[in-house]
This record gives sequence, structure tokens and C-alpha cells, in this order.
Amino acid sequence: MKAIVHIRPRSGVLDPQGQAVAGALKHMGFDEVLSARQGKIIELELGDDDEQAVRQRVQKMCEHLLANTVIEDFSISIEP
Amino acid sequence: MNAAVIVFPGSNCDRDAVCALRDHTAKSVHRVWHRDTYLPKVDLVLLPGGFSYGDYLRSGAIAARSPIMAAVQAHAKRGGLVVGICNGFQILTETHLLPGALMRNAGLKFLCKSTPLRIENADTPFTRAYDDHGETAIPIAHHDGNYFADEDTLDRLEGQGQIVFRYVNNPNGSSRDIAGITNKAGNVLGMMPHPERAVDPLTGETGGLAFFKSLAGAMA
Amino acid sequence: MSMQKDPASYEQAQALGLNEDEWGVILKRLGRAPNQTELGIFSVMWSEHCSYKSSRRHLRKLPTTGACVICGPGENAGVIDIGDGLACIFKMESHNHPSYIEPYQGAATGVGGIMRDVFTMGARPVALLNALRFGSPDHPKTRALVSGVVAGIGGYGNCVGVPTVGGETNFHAGYDGNILVNAMCLGIAEQDSIFYSAAKGAGNPVLYVGAKTGRDGIHGATMASAEFDDETEAKRPTVQVGDPFTEKRLIEACLELMQTNCIVAIQDMGAAGLTSSSIEMADKGGVGIDLDLDKVPQRETHMTPVEMMLSESQERMLIVLRPGKESEAQEIFERWELDVALIGKTTDTGHMVLHHKGETVCDIPIAPLGDDAPNYDRPWVAPPTLPVINASEIAPGDPAKALLRLVQSPDMASKRWIWEQYDRHVMADTLKASGGASDAAVVRVHDTNKALAMSSDCTPRYVLANPFEGGKQAVAECWRNLIASGASPMAVTDCLNFGNPERPDIMGQFVRAIDGMAEACRALDFPVVSGNVSLYNETAGTAIPPTPVIGGVGLIDDATMAMGFGGAVAGDALILLGKTTGWLGASLNLREIEGREEGAPPPIDLEQERRTGMLVRTLIHGGQVHAVHDLSDGGLACAATDMALASRCGVHLMASDTLSDAAWFFGEDQGRYLIAVKTGAVDALLDQAQQAGVDAKVVGTMEGLDVVLGDAMPLALDLLSQKHENWLPAYMEDA
Repeated sequence: MKAIVHIRPRSGVLDPQGQAVAGALKHMGFDEVLSARQGKIIELELGDDDEQAVRQRVQKMCEHLLANTVIEDFSISIEP
Repeated sequence: MNAAVIVFPGSNCDRDAVCALRDHTAKSVHRVWHRDTYLPKVDLVLLPGGFSYGDYLRSGAIAARSPIMAAVQAHAKRGGLVVGICNGFQILTETHLLPGALMRNAGLKFLCKSTPLRIENADTPFTRAYDDHGETAIPIAHHDGNYFADEDTLDRLEGQGQIVFRYVNNPNGSSRDIAGITNKAGNVLGMMPHPERAVDPLTGETGGLAFFKSLAGAMA
Repeated sequence: MSMQKDPASYEQAQALGLNEDEWGVILKRLGRAPNQTELGIFSVMWSEHCSYKSSRRHLRKLPTTGACVICGPGENAGVIDIGDGLACIFKMESHNHPSYIEPYQGAATGVGGIMRDVFTMGARPVALLNALRFGSPDHPKTRALVSGVVAGIGGYGNCVGVPTVGGETNFHAGYDGNILVNAMCLGIAEQDSIFYSAAKGAGNPVLYVGAKTGRDGIHGATMASAEFDDETEAKRPTVQVGDPFTEKRLIEACLELMQTNCIVAIQDMGAAGLTSSSIEMADKGGVGIDLDLDKVPQRETHMTPVEMMLSESQERMLIVLRPGKESEAQEIFERWELDVALIGKTTDTGHMVLHHKGETVCDIPIAPLGDDAPNYDRPWVAPPTLPVINASEIAPGDPAKALLRLVQSPDMASKRWIWEQYDRHVMADTLKASGGASDAAVVRVHDTNKALAMSSDCTPRYVLANPFEGGKQAVAECWRNLIASGASPMAVTDCLNFGNPERPDIMGQFVRAIDGMAEACRALDFPVVSGNVSLYNETAGTAIPPTPVIGGVGLIDDATMAMGFGGAVAGDALILLGKTTGWLGASLNLREIEGREEGAPPPIDLEQERRTGMLVRTLIHGGQVHAVHDLSDGGLACAATDMALASRCGVHLMASDTLSDAAWFFGEDQGRYLIAVKTGAVDALLDQAQQAGVDAKVVGTMEGLDVVLGDAMPLALDLLSQKHENWLPAYMEDA
């Protein structure tokens, strides 16, 4: 089973990298860009098939290591 | 009366910290490997600068989960002195021994330069040898030194005298120009500037001498 | 025999850059056609990058011995004696092609590679420098290349924790299609604990350590030996990715292993990876080597033998151990969480034999790879001699206006935007780094009172105008920079960046530049102990300006005596040492103010150079001077302005009675220094210079807060500083 963790800056937290990306896109002529947030994706291969159990464990992984909840939000999606 | 410097894989200011403690506090200094689970009997634990675990995931995140950190937390809880410099500060926030987080510099670039600092609280074990509200200069060298905390936390830090060093010219976007803070109890300090690089006139700066003099006094 | 499966054809050999003669030698030596793995090995070992086939016979002209030399060229890096049982180990290397294709990773892995060359020999790296050449600021790619290269150098060096203390950055349209990224590293070792690459003795285990092997950089060495064309950008996947965290652990683990008695020989896996490291160790040790490729730690699946042998995955080392030391060595690497595997042993067969999935996939004699390596005497033509430009034909101009333009010209403007991204102070022994108002970077030898001075130098416009004089000048300027920092120059490394050696005019540049370097190194007792050659720096038939970069190292016995140009004080007299004729040919002034890139470059009288340098050294040692600066780009006025800005004190320079303002203030006659001394010391100093046979003249004073050139309008220090500092950040932020 595969878990995909999306981590992004919490709303309200300044994201200078996202701002730089948005700025660069606008400079390149992509005028429709209003803003950008830059985060990261972590793909986990897991040796467990119980989706609910996996979700709980990955939630813990996020809280304990993968995300810093002072500045980051995370979401988890599970793929078979 | 001793000090310990913790060595993580990727620490690179551990030797500099050991030398500065050795030369300017006249204490014996132990190096402690991150996989160890106990500390020798020490008054001060120093988490040095560097790129522990390559700064992969987030600066300091993986080091904060290494075995020795439980012992460091226990030492802090007992009232022992803890100093985190640069990557060490990042590790202390990741360990939640200090509030807030250190994000990418607002300019997005690594910055290595001398920075004028204001001493906001000279009544700490780390700053007693400085003039209260005086200025000094200590170099920074970091990519992720942009201090962030929510407004309530920042207000609390201000109100409780936990902001110890402030940048005179904010180089990295830190909230309220914060360069260094303590915990509420006042025995744990994190700071982005490198006092261990500012103790020798030959290398150019001496703004860190008072820092080590303060530590020597606190450990006496 | 399985080796004979899948024999290679001449067409395949050609596609890998081998010519008909080289193919013929392979057939003769093997008595058969090579298979694909063997062909891959021959092609990289005989690439220009690994075999130096166009340059070898000319490099021999360089002096490589001297009282301080412990080990000259031929090992991973050069080794010199710095006293007290210590050695300095250093080298410079190019990473030009990879940095153009992927600037961040190209530059980062260049830094990683040069550090490995140094710690492979037992030294802890203590300083990094880099010499960068970019295209015109107006070229659409330049900004992104500067940004990526600088971030890559910083990203790697900062993380490993070795200070980046110096270097140089030039911009010129001649590098539009081929930037140069040359990285230099210095390390310090105990003289009785230096490690070499000769794997003497059969039956010794071969240990692989570091990162896993992937498909990175396959045929990187071949790519560095070919011209760019429009399809080169499609070669992006071959660029390697650096991991400084692994490098840092590799340094610590290797230095720890070196404290034990486990190592027979050690090599880093650089260009041509496992192939060149294993063959060089076996060849130098006079042994054969058997490797089991199934044991090589692999990052990807289904890797073929040729992919494993040619991979340029970074942060890997190959070590030949004393028998019985396997577990002791493995334990150290495991503690540092590095991959480690025993992958083979040395043999007495003289052959390289490779096993893969139960088959022998390569069996070639090792000696011919070296002995029969191509060694070409490429045809060359002498470069044309350019006319000497008479200063009287250049309009004298307004020197104040010219100075203001020069201080903000791309080559002269402050590079603070670059060096503030480098950790210059980690290890806490940096005494002078970029921005430290010194002609050379100065790093203390840890826990001693000695220091090493280091500088990288080349003036490509001189080399282009006259390769022989330009080659001499690169060496002399480097020597001068070390002298001006208070050091005794010791030895150099070089990084020779040129175009396509198959073109006689380019080969002529190469040959004559080496002749000039050799003459200067000999005259100044400044031997070459290591180096690197980067050819084929051409795009669509246009070659870079010839750029032989010299990286010099000197010793300062008493670190407190390190000299710079920031110590002048108001009231000091400025004395110019050395002869001034007002040479404007090939000068920065002629290019930037007159828009002319013409004329013969300034010649160098090496005997006079030496005399003047020795006098400066004596004056510094005698504590007689406040500040010293060598004169280079932009001549007297620019040197005095540097001194004024760094000392935060204005300067008044007198005009010349005989030369025009342009010639006097901006001429680039060589072998000159500007020194600041107390006025009371002037007479004695002029006498001392006369006795030493050195021209000396009071040319101005330190006073006020302006730079004043003769009768021209005064320029406020604040204005000069602002123009000097603003050009690069404004350029980089103008996205």
C-alpha cells in the first residue's frame, strides 16, 4: 500500500519560495497567476494493507516528523 | 564543571564550539555522539551549527528525533543550561524546547555576513557579560534563519523577556527581528548568529567573547 | 568465452570518440574485438579528460619539483611541506561542461569532486576557492547560470562545512556558450600520514564505500572531451547530482580509517568512476584487479556492467585494504551510515577482470591502457603577434569619469552578492576571505600560529592577446597576490581551460601559454604540483578565450603578520613600487572606456618581478607598511580606490609629468605594488628600494573622504562604494 503525504505552508505563514515562484511565472507572461504556495510530497511504500490502520500510522508519522505543524499543514492520501 | 557538545552527522561547527568553550570558559568539553542515550555530568549542553542530516526534510528535523535528544530534554527540564547555535537553534525548535520555527530566509539565499545585534535581555546566563540594550556584532551563516511564531507566542516572548538578541538590520525576515530567544525558564537559548566564530581578533570579530564569558560565569 | 559475446564495431567506437588508430591499437592488444563493456572502458580511459592525450607532452615542460614539493603531479592532488611535520595538499579542477548544462548540480559536484581529491590523500579539507567565467551580462542565459552556479557552490561547500574563502569572477561574451567553473581545494595532513593510489601487492581486498551507484553521468568524461552542439542540452540526464551530507560523512569516515593501519591505497571515484579508480590503482601498483559487479551497491535495477563501470555517481571511494582489515574498516563506514561492500581483490595477473551474473564480462590487460594511451603531438601554429598600442594614441579622457565607470564594470564590481552566499568562516580559522581587503585569502593552520595564503588568477584578455605573455602573467599575478598578503609563495596548481585542440590555432594558444607559465614558474621558484586540463570548451566552432587559471599557495610563518590593503590611515604616503610605462594595450580601461579589445598585453620582466616581490616581502616582515595592494586590472587608480574603500579613508593621487592621465592612472604595467606607509618612513623606504634595484615613487597620500585623481573632480568614497557594490545585485535582481 502507498501513502502520499502532501505538506504545504500553513495559511498565514509567509511562503517566500511560493512568492518567488509566482513572481517568476508572472515575469514569464503567465499573468493569470495570482499566487503560489510551495510545499512537498512524500511517497511512502508501506507493508500493511489495512487502510484505516495505515492512515492512523501515517498521521502519527506526520505529527512526529514529516511535518512541522508550527508552520506546515499536511494531508494524506492512500493508494492501494 | 563541564560542557558537552553534541555531534550529529552533518554537524560542522562542533569543533569550533569545542575550541571556543575550551579557550574561553576554561571548562572541560566532551563531545557526545547523537546515538548516545546519556549525557556525561555537565552544566551546559551545546548543539552546534551545521547541516545535520543534510538539512533534508526540514533543518534540524531529523536530528531532533535522534537518541541523545531525550537526554538533552531531561537536562533542560532539570534546569541545566542548553545552547543551540544556528542548526542547533533549529533542532531546539523542532524538539519544542523552544517555541516557533526557522524558515527559509526571506531573500531565499544562504547568507554569511557580520550582523549587528542588540542585546535585549542581559539578565540571562548567556548574556550577563554584555551591556543591557547594548550592541555587538556576530556573524550569521544560514539559509533557514527566518524566525516564525504566531502573534500570541511573539507577544508572550516579548512580555517574558525571552527575546535575548535582536537584529539591528534584519537580514532574513525574522518576525520582530528576532535573532535569539530563551525558553520561559530561561535556561535554554537558541540563536542564529555564531558567537563561536567571533572570539578571536585575528579572524576579525570578537562580539562572541562576552557570550562565552557569560557562560563561564554561569557554569562557575 | 562470454567476453566475446556482443563484440563492438568500429562505428560504435567512433560514436564514443575513439579514432581509427586508437581502435586499431585495441584490436591488436586484445587480439580480438572488444565487447561493449571493454569498449566503454577503453573509450573513457582514452578520452581527452582521462588520458590528457593532447596535452601530456606539453605539460612536461612545467617545473614540478622544488624544496617544498613532497608529491608533484600524477596523484590525486599535489603535496607540499609546510613545516612542523605538516603538509598542504591541494588541487584545482574544472567542471565546465556539467555546470553549463545544469548549473546548480554541475557546480556542486565540482566542489565535491575536488574535495575528494584532497581528502583521498589524507588531508582534512580546510579551504575552497573558485574561479568562475560567465558570458556577457547581456546574454539571456548568464543570469540564471550565475545564480545556479553560485547556489551550487554554496549549497555544497556550506553543508560540508569547509569555508569558501576566495576566487574570481569574470564576464565576457567569449564564454557565452561555455562557462568556466574551476574549483580549488586545500587540505592539511600530517606528513607521515599521506595516502597514495598505488595498490601494491596481490590478494588484497577491494572495498567500495560511499553512495550507491546509479546511472548518473555516464560518459561524463567523454562529454568533457567533445565540443558542445545544439544537441548537448538533450544530454541533461547524464549530469550527476551531489549529496554534500554523504560527502561530509565520507570525509569523517575516511579520515577516521586513515588513523588505523588498514589502507594500502585509496582513490575517489571521479571522472569515469569505478573504471579509472580501479585501473589507476592497479596500474600504479603493478597488479591486476578482479571485481564482482554484483556486489557493487546499486541504486537502480538492471544496471549493465558498462553502466556500473562508467557511472559517475558522486561521493564514492575505492579502497584497497590490508588483508584481515575488512571488518575494522567496514565497522567505521557503517557507523557513519555509509554503504560499504567488498567488491573484489587485487591479483597478480596484470589484467582487469570483471564478473557479472556468473559471467566474465571483461578481461583486459591493464598496462596497455596506460602505456598505449594515445599521446598526440597535435599540429599548432604560433599565435599572431599583436601590435603594441602607443598610449599617446589613446585620448587622455577624464580620469574621474573613467574610474567611476570601471568600479562598476562587471569584472571590477564587488562580488559581494556571490561571496555572501558562501560560508567563509566555518572552521574558525579564516583570517582573510573574499571581501577581507587582501590580495589572497588567508587561512590559519589549525592550532598553530602559521597560515596559508591562497589565490586563483588568470587574465584571459592578456592570454588571448598573447598566450605566452598571458601564461607568464597568470603565474606572476598569483605570486604577487601571495606576496602582497605577507606570504612566501610556495607552489601552484593549474586548471587549463581551452578550446578544441584539434584546431592548430587553439593548440598554439595552449602550447605557448604553457611555455609562458613554465618560464614564470621557473623564474619565481613556483613549481606546479597538480592540475587539470579542460579542452573542447567550444560551441558551434567558437572557442572560449584561453584561460589557464593558476591557483597558488604560500606560507605565512606568523599569522599575525598577514597583510592586506585595508589598513591605510589618514596621513599615510602611498608609494608605487615597480616600473610604470603607461601600458594600455589589452587593458581593462581600453576595453571598458574605449570599447577596444586590442593590442599586445603588458610584458613581464620576471627578474624584476622577483626583485620587487622580495622587497615587498621584506617590508611586510619588517612591519614597515600599513597596507599593500598589487596593481592589476585598472592599474594605479583602481588599486588606490580599493585601498581607500577598504581603509575607509580618501586618497589623493598626483598626475604624472610625463604620461597621460589614462596611461598613468589606468595603465597595466606588471610587477607593481602600491604600499601605504607613515610619511616619516618614506625616505628610508625609497633608499631601501633603490638599493634593491626597484623603482619606487611617492604617488599620493591618504586623506579626506574622496578619491582624487590629479586635477580631476573628486569622487566621494560613498559614491564609489555605492556604484561598486550595486552593479551585481541590481543585475541579478533585474529578473
